[in-house]
Amino acid sequence: MTWTQPFAADSFPSGSAAFPHKHLLGIAGLQKWEILYILKEAQQWVVLNRSGAAKHDDRLSGLTIINAFFENSTRTLLSFEIAGKRLGADVVNMHAAQSSVKKGETLIDTAMTLNAMRADAIVIRHGSSGAVQLISSKVDCPVLNAGDGSHEHPTQALLDALTIMRRKGKIEGQTVVICGDVLHSRVARSNLFCLKSLGAEVRVVAPPALMPSGIEAFGAVPFSNFDAALNGADVIMMLRLQSERMQGDFIPSPREYFHLYGLDERRLALAKPDALVMHPGPMNRGVEIASSVADHVERSAIIEQVEMGVAVRMACLDILTRKARGEEGWA
Amino acid sequence: MTGINIIHGHVMLPGADKAEPLHLHIDKGKIASVGKAAPIADQVDASGLIVAPGIIDFGVFKTDKPAFRFGGITRAALMPDQSPVHDDPATVRFAALKGKPDLWVHPLAAATQGLDGLRMAEIALMKEAGAVGVATGRKWISDSGVMLRIMHYCAALNLPVILHCEDSGVAGHAVATAGETATLLGLSSAPIVAETLAIGRDLMLAEESGAHVHFRQVTTARGLDLIRAAKAKRLRVTCGITPAHLFLSDNAISDFRTFARLSPPLRSESDRLACITAIADGTIDVIASGHDPRGPEDKRLPFSESAPGMAGAETLLALSLNLVRDNIISTGRMFELLASNPAKILGLNAGHIVEGQEADLILIDPDAPWQVDGDRMAALAGNTPFDRLPVQGRVRHMLKGGKVI
Repeated sequence: MTWTQPFAADSFPSGSAAFPHKHLLGIAGLQKWEILYILKEAQQWVVLNRSGAAKHDDRLSGLTIINAFFENSTRTLLSFEIAGKRLGADVVNMHAAQSSVKKGETLIDTAMTLNAMRADAIVIRHGSSGAVQLISSKVDCPVLNAGDGSHEHPTQALLDALTIMRRKGKIEGQTVVICGDVLHSRVARSNLFCLKSLGAEVRVVAPPALMPSGIEAFGAVPFSNFDAALNGADVIMMLRLQSERMQGDFIPSPREYFHLYGLDERRLALAKPDALVMHPGPMNRGVEIASSVADHVERSAIIEQVEMGVAVRMACLDILTRKARGEEGWA
Repeated sequence: MTGINIIHGHVMLPGADKAEPLHLHIDKGKIASVGKAAPIADQVDASGLIVAPGIIDFGVFKTDKPAFRFGGITRAALMPDQSPVHDDPATVRFAALKGKPDLWVHPLAAATQGLDGLRMAEIALMKEAGAVGVATGRKWISDSGVMLRIMHYCAALNLPVILHCEDSGVAGHAVATAGETATLLGLSSAPIVAETLAIGRDLMLAEESGAHVHFRQVTTARGLDLIRAAKAKRLRVTCGITPAHLFLSDNAISDFRTFARLSPPLRSESDRLACITAIADGTIDVIASGHDPRGPEDKRLPFSESAPGMAGAETLLALSLNLVRDNIISTGRMFELLASNPAKILGLNAGHIVEGQEADLILIDPDAPWQVDGDRMAALAGNTPFDRLPVQGRVRHMLKGGKVI
């Protein structure tokens, strides 16, 4: 499907009014137009990233970005690192495994240390909900949440929204099914807030023990039967199931999980004929998604999600450092 | 004649709804006369003040004298969760001495050794050393057989069993109550059945054993229904609550405020309102502070990694007075909840203003306005979920055993 441009050049407030936040901690605190503004800004980076060998812009030249990852990550860390470098920033990565966190330093002390090194932006992933917000209250520079516990993963929701927009032309009115371990998923939360804000119908499917209490209050329609939820779906988002939840605590076994909640070709056929398949990665093939569906050339957008991730993160880094760079209207 | 007079005050007498204008005469540490002043020079002018029994704070985690002095607390029942744990007579005896001379500390004995929930502690020896009750501590004893044997033992020794009621299996590692707030914040949560299940089991064991059980904090509508039904069956059951569960619901943890991380966690607004109703109808017997001062090393952390608990001693009286101002209870009933009921449950000869009793008194200005300020509290730490709240009611004078503190 061709990309339809839903943004008029004059549809956003000018200067920092378009995105009046110091940090990007979550989607829940954002207005609809602020989300759309990031998506609009990300478009130019998709074009740049596809432009061949010289994929470079030096607007963040001289700025230092620290990726502080207290929880293991490959693709998100790499995506943020590439995003920062493509914009010309000096990017350093801090892995918790190699840091003083292992030596008992508190999170606040680590935050103060990073702050003293005069970073211009800090990207943080942490295993505890709220940890990124806590750090943001102790540092001077913008903080980007790259995933905190089961709370939020805002850039994932933004890249997913950009992917849907580009493939479907719009988000408003789309029926999106999110299936998996919704209870523990920051991806599910951020996507729910983002997609509801942009006017989608969101259905959430989870085993009973993995459905969060009160999810209806955020506009989600809960289902325990995946087949029923797929009727009329435009987009199917599969969530990764952590292997430690499959040992009998929440679900009896991977094969029983796949039987009830796995996306295979039979289930895909229950959705609309042009339904899009998405997954935040890394996938457990055969546990939550069949390989034939994950690799489906027309239906799967999983690789495109990764591509959009770099563009969205470039947009976020650009927007949040405009004040420090003295951009007109962002002081 | 010797001693001191407290004159021109309004005295809170047992059974009365409101304080009456009366003089008091204190001599040799005891209340010598209610109604008559003695012809002596030492006087305390209590004009405009309520003269009330000192607060008996049922279930604190620290002996925190400056905070207790500020809050009008003359006696504190100290939880066994200390370092070392109150699980042998020497530790209990030492804890009882810790408050002297300004404060009575009444230690609660650990029900099990090291509070491990498995091996029964030397309850009888600890009773002789001064323990006034037996407590499960911050946790619930999950082994029903152990709990039943402890209750039988305590019934024979005539000691109350003080229970924390959260089923450990359902609660797991939860830090919040299941509901919209926990879902929004992505915090691990447990449904309220964690509390009702624990209360239900322990009520059955109490019925079986004949023990007097006291649920230190009951925080849900369903839990309070169970208590109400047990009281109607004439079981020996009492229960308490802290002001946090009376005045805050779980939206206080929004923004990951660790000062509002409590155990049991804050509940929904409808459960909070049920707690207020249970104060009004007499289901709840005790209001306590749950005083648990925690410094930044325990609280300036991500929510799930922070320790539960609040510094509550300083705000206990002022927040309880809100219940009087809102016409939920009388002043007299408030002091039953704060002083005479805890004394009755723990078997202390205290908590009333009657002739011959220890002169543990507080003189309070119930209307004096002030603002809770976590940065400037007398307590060992300022972890109050009520930070910045304007409140009314200050302790102007405090006497312990007739001595002005």
